[in-house]
Amino acid sequence: MKEENQIEINNVTHAYQTDDGPLPVLKNLNISVPINSFVAVVGPSGCGKSTLTRLIAGLMMPDEGEVRLHGEVITSPKSSVGMAFQNPVLLEWRSILKNVLLPLEIVSNNLSQKQKVDRAMSLLSLVGLEGFEDKRPSELSGGMRQRASLCRALVHRPEVLILDEPFGALDAFTREDLWQIMHELRKEEAFTTLMITHDLRESVFLADQVVVMSGRPANSQFVLDVTLGNERTLEDLYTEKSVKMLAKLRHEIQIAQGRSTKTEENA
Amino acid sequence: METVRKIAIPLSAIVIFFIFWEWLVWVNQWPNYKMASPSDLWPAFWKFKGLFLSYGWDTLWRTVAGLLIAIIVGTGFGMVMGLSRFMREALYPLLVGFNAIPKATLVPVIALMFVGADDMNTVMMAFLISFFPIAVSVSIGLSTLEPEYRDILKSLGASRFTIFVKIALPKTLPEFFGALKVAVTLAFIGTNLVEIIEPHGKGLGFLFDSGKISADYPLMFAVLIALAFLGILLYYIVVMLEKIFAGWAERAET
Repeated sequence: MKEENQIEINNVTHAYQTDDGPLPVLKNLNISVPINSFVAVVGPSGCGKSTLTRLIAGLMMPDEGEVRLHGEVITSPKSSVGMAFQNPVLLEWRSILKNVLLPLEIVSNNLSQKQKVDRAMSLLSLVGLEGFEDKRPSELSGGMRQRASLCRALVHRPEVLILDEPFGALDAFTREDLWQIMHELRKEEAFTTLMITHDLRESVFLADQVVVMSGRPANSQFVLDVTLGNERTLEDLYTEKSVKMLAKLRHEIQIAQGRSTKTEENA
Repeated sequence: METVRKIAIPLSAIVIFFIFWEWLVWVNQWPNYKMASPSDLWPAFWKFKGLFLSYGWDTLWRTVAGLLIAIIVGTGFGMVMGLSRFMREALYPLLVGFNAIPKATLVPVIALMFVGADDMNTVMMAFLISFFPIAVSVSIGLSTLEPEYRDILKSLGASRFTIFVKIALPKTLPEFFGALKVAVTLAFIGTNLVEIIEPHGKGLGFLFDSGKISADYPLMFAVLIALAFLGILLYYIVVMLEKIFAGWAERAET
């Protein structure tokens, strides 16, 4: 069973040291992400979702428990991970193409310069940025920058893609464009995704499973299996099935926020 | 057209300034010892043209040398303070305190410490007065680096050195050049402090001092203009370097 999970969070407990003593953020958290699937994590603000991404990326070690990637316990950052954040953090002094090439300068590979550029260019054209490769990030719109940031996260063919609210700062329609691009990317490339988001519609439209985290200290309170097919259109979000899933998630979030105590799944 | 504009606007501003100056002196009928007018400066320049060239060179090379040392030491301090909170907390009060000391008071101290080493003393003062803004801005540039930038490379297993070279260093360049523009003019002040307070027969500051002693007021004003000219020259060299190395930070005009 274990081999089929690309990401495994096993009984992870983590606290931050503050001046007022330890502040527990995660408590006995368990999440499994099957290989090549897409899991969205939603939850109230400050419930340790970003901590989770840093743990998976190997940027932090948990106080207790373990994080496994491909069955291997994480003790340091792994180049088999790609990351994108709400802030696209593109390097302003580099062209879009050179930004996308950045991971290939770090991760050891035996690609020639031409192969690297070809790889980056194919991703850029996949997300509709062909013809913008020589522009500077400041010349692009927010949505285009975020697309470039996705290309950079995927250029070195990572097994795991970690997204920390990648579309949070975009307007609603641009966000929907990016959702569709995300589906395009998944069709073309094989990677396992864990995405943090605050947008329930986004989680349902993109993910195979949605994990609702409880309030701090957080564990996984509820897991929703998204029962939409692989071919999804925006219209699918407005069907009865989707609306029911969204309502269920909304309810669970309310419980997590401590505004409702009624719960069916967890006691 | 754009280049013509870029040169014509500042140039006409300078011409207008000189005309206004000439008019001000003329309308008030100020004698030379109160304020020399621009038309008095040319004879002064011409009379001492050899001295202007050789003293101007003294001032220029010593300022540039002090500035180069300030860049190396200032960047070094900035890096140490920017990358380590411990060092930042330890060094900041010392640097601020040192910077608060009027540098004119240090001239005799240094002159006594290294008697006769005039070039070294002058370069040292140019350095001492100009390294502070560079250290502060480099340290701010490095310490305010958003953690996501670091995480992008760190999550790929990049070393601290790689992160520094690929991200921290280029990202700090705009702040560095901003500070360098301030440091350029400060370095000139440092050089001239030594040349004027401890005259040793070199530099435009010495020429100014000679003008004062011999009551040659047009000469004194001519020295000031020469210093301003050198300052503008160095400043625009920095601007040019900034365009080359940190031009990306400039937004297109809208």
